[in-house]
Amino acid sequence: MGVEVQIDGLTKSFGRQNIWADVSFTLPEGEISVLLGPSGTGKSVFLKTLVGLLRPDRGHIWIEGKDLPELSERDLYEVRKLFGVLFQDGALFGSMNLYDNVAFPLREHTRKSESAVRDIVMEKLDLVGLAGDEKKLPGEISGGMRKRAGLARALVLEPEIILFDEPDSGLDPVRTTLLNHLIVDLNQQTGATFLIVTHDINTARTVPDNIGLIYRRHLAMFGPREMLLSSEEPVVRQFLNAQRHGPIGMAEEKDASELEAEAAAGIELPMLPPIPLQMQPTDGRPRAAERIPGEWCRTNGVIPPVGSFAPAPGQPTTVPAQGGVSEWAGPDRVDPHADTVVIERRDGGA
Amino acid sequence: MSNPVAGALRQSGSFFAYCLDCLLAIPRRPFQLREMIQQAWFVSSVSILPTALVAIPFGAVISLQLGTLTSQLGAQSYTGAASVLAVVREAGPIVTALLIAGAGGSAICADLGARKIREELDAMEVLGIDPVQRLVVPRIIACMIVALLLNGLVSVVGVAGGYFFNVVLQGGTPGAYLASFQALGQIQDLIAGEFKAVVFGAMAALIACYKGMTAKGGPKGVGDAVNQSVVISFMLLFAVNFVMTSIYFQIVPQKGT
Repeated sequence: MGVEVQIDGLTKSFGRQNIWADVSFTLPEGEISVLLGPSGTGKSVFLKTLVGLLRPDRGHIWIEGKDLPELSERDLYEVRKLFGVLFQDGALFGSMNLYDNVAFPLREHTRKSESAVRDIVMEKLDLVGLAGDEKKLPGEISGGMRKRAGLARALVLEPEIILFDEPDSGLDPVRTTLLNHLIVDLNQQTGATFLIVTHDINTARTVPDNIGLIYRRHLAMFGPREMLLSSEEPVVRQFLNAQRHGPIGMAEEKDASELEAEAAAGIELPMLPPIPLQMQPTDGRPRAAERIPGEWCRTNGVIPPVGSFAPAPGQPTTVPAQGGVSEWAGPDRVDPHADTVVIERRDGGA
Repeated sequence: MSNPVAGALRQSGSFFAYCLDCLLAIPRRPFQLREMIQQAWFVSSVSILPTALVAIPFGAVISLQLGTLTSQLGAQSYTGAASVLAVVREAGPIVTALLIAGAGGSAICADLGARKIREELDAMEVLGIDPVQRLVVPRIIACMIVALLLNGLVSVVGVAGGYFFNVVLQGGTPGAYLASFQALGQIQDLIAGEFKAVVFGAMAALIACYKGMTAKGGPKGVGDAVNQSVVISFMLLFAVNFVMTSIYFQIVPQKGT
């Protein structure tokens, strides 16, 4: 039922090049967190450090009272069983078909009979919409399918912490949305702790409970979604709203003279866009860490941007009927009998 | 980073540490028998034919060289003895190791390198499985077994090749060739040859696995890793061979001295 991960003063360098320094935050148990950052800020390195594939120079990662960087190789393999990781390209074993790929962790770690393995594998493949493709080799399927198969393999040992390395890169918008829904559903069903590394703004705005931003070799901010989405902090503001003006330039960061010139020119920053509602699980039940929209803003005296927490105009809100389906049918296998009602709501919104 | 001496030392150090890791992983359960058999089958399937084809001319060349020399000295009856000695002691293990490293090692290195850059090895570690125990140990043991068996093949084929050239082409006496086998050679030569082959097989596999698992920088990195693994194995092979031969002469008394 989810595990809390405490990260304290984590620092990593390659040779003389510092990647990030003094990163401290806590992944709350059972919640979805997103880690953002401009390209090349070491987000993937961070993920690999978190699962112990890379050792940090300094700092601690506390999981169930154990400090990951201090563990021996053998203890590390034990702690890793808590993790499920979806790598960027799925990282499937090229010599095995999808079925064997997903069955691999079960065969290695459990003494389950082949028929029990089969049941679990087919269930997970069905969950990610790959039922019927189990005999295919990773080389024969598309990037999106590889990603989904990688997710099925990551889920097979029922991990407590699930890490996603750019789940939305190289996927079309429809599949990105479906994958994001799957993440929210999984979080609700399993109660596991999720960390998503991405630079897709749409995902970052609607999926998580918490957002973190890595910038200039340190963690610029980490906190509840509403805190970052309503933040006036220049970096956070620029990144989360995909704006041109701000401290982030085409090269990793703009130099001081450029920033001064920008300030002198008196460029007025556009208004903050409204904070969207969180993505809801498809079965209509609340999220694992459901909070009332706008609660954080109210308790902290922050006035959210105009039009926040209302369904965006024109965007359909899915209101599930009773006993709604939680299973994810791929876009090519839409269930014609899906008992989900789609209602267009046009009230409210800016 | 810029200092080449420091770089070489760091490489050697990390390779040594890797070898120790592998050694510690060998007794760890469960042993991957299936993977080992598959790898042994694969390595032998790519190296048996080339090894045999290299062994025939190798034995023949030794016979040709010795045949002329021994006939000038009037010691034709010792041609067989000398060629057995050369093939069993030196040529066998070296030819075996060159082909294990060249055919099997390069394939192993390319395979592991490709898995490394596709993050398959990372994924495996995250799934709680040690790639050294799951992939590397079976490969090392497979290479050792195949080297042991191939060395026998090379010895037989090499001696047969020598016999053919000596008897058929140089007009040597078949009986003298066979009878002189035991004049210089002894059973320790065969044991030492097999021992060398096993060590060389392990070395080739270790270098191939190490280079494959440390490959980086995309497909080109894998190519570089394969290239380096073959070159390094060949160089180390001859150096280690020299050392082992020297030790052998120190500890095993030779016939006829």
